[in-house]
Amino acid sequence: MKPILEERPVDISRRALLERALLAAGLWAPLRALAGDADNGTTAAVAKVLAGRPAAGEGLKFSTPAIAENGNTVPISVEVEGRFSAERYVKAIHIFAEENPAPEVISFQFSPASGRAKVATRVRLAKTQRVVALAEWSDGRVLEAINEIKVTIGGCGG
Amino acid sequence: MAEQEHSMDKPRVKVPAKVTRGEPFEVKALVSHKMESGQRQDEKTGAKIPRKILNRFVCTLDGVEILRATLHPAVSANPYLSFYASAEQSGEMKFEWTDDDGSTLSARARIEVEP
Repeated sequence: MKPILEERPVDISRRALLERALLAAGLWAPLRALAGDADNGTTAAVAKVLAGRPAAGEGLKFSTPAIAENGNTVPISVEVEGRFSAERYVKAIHIFAEENPAPEVISFQFSPASGRAKVATRVRLAKTQRVVALAEWSDGRVLEAINEIKVTIGGCGG
Repeated sequence: MAEQEHSMDKPRVKVPAKVTRGEPFEVKALVSHKMESGQRQDEKTGAKIPRKILNRFVCTLDGVEILRATLHPAVSANPYLSFYASAEQSGEMKFEWTDDDGSTLSARARIEVEP
């Protein structure tokens, strides 16, 4: 059950913050296109969750291996700091992969009875890419973390 | 912490034998499933193998929803999920996975809240 790969908690990077600022300004998608990145829909999927809200880079611990030898099964975990109360809890955590055939990986919906938001699973990554974790608090706050994962042998394919 | 292993058909769930009232505890759930992504091709015919995954997971405690997950083809085969739950009183946890074909897999686990 324990991930065999090295885990690396990463807070949102300055680059990611800049990208989100550009995204908010409507400039990020064209920049991505210029850089040659094919957007698989992650930009739109993230924007849909944000719904115009800013994303904070703190309070969300996104642990992923720096290098995943097998893209078919990459252990990831997401933890949002803070305990739940009946009035204030994390509503959802979403994971998106920027260069998989589709952006959506998994979404978790919590309830106050979850007690806390700490989840782990194993995912497929087609190739080296950035993976986005978003967490939505019930009060409307959104947290975001973006990790790059190097993939030696890609998953998803045939 | 002592943990109970429950086995029913394919799914396996792990919860602590005893939990403290209101204190979040870890739940681990593992189920055998190919999670056919819909991206693979048949090696001989070249035809695309249709998608067939477990697309939904729901955990309840005495019928009250604790957590729900929407799974996409990017979740690995034999999906593993770890999350937290809290309980105010002893009860039965139920875990249910829903397949693209509408069928379901389920598992149950009893938790005892310490006085």
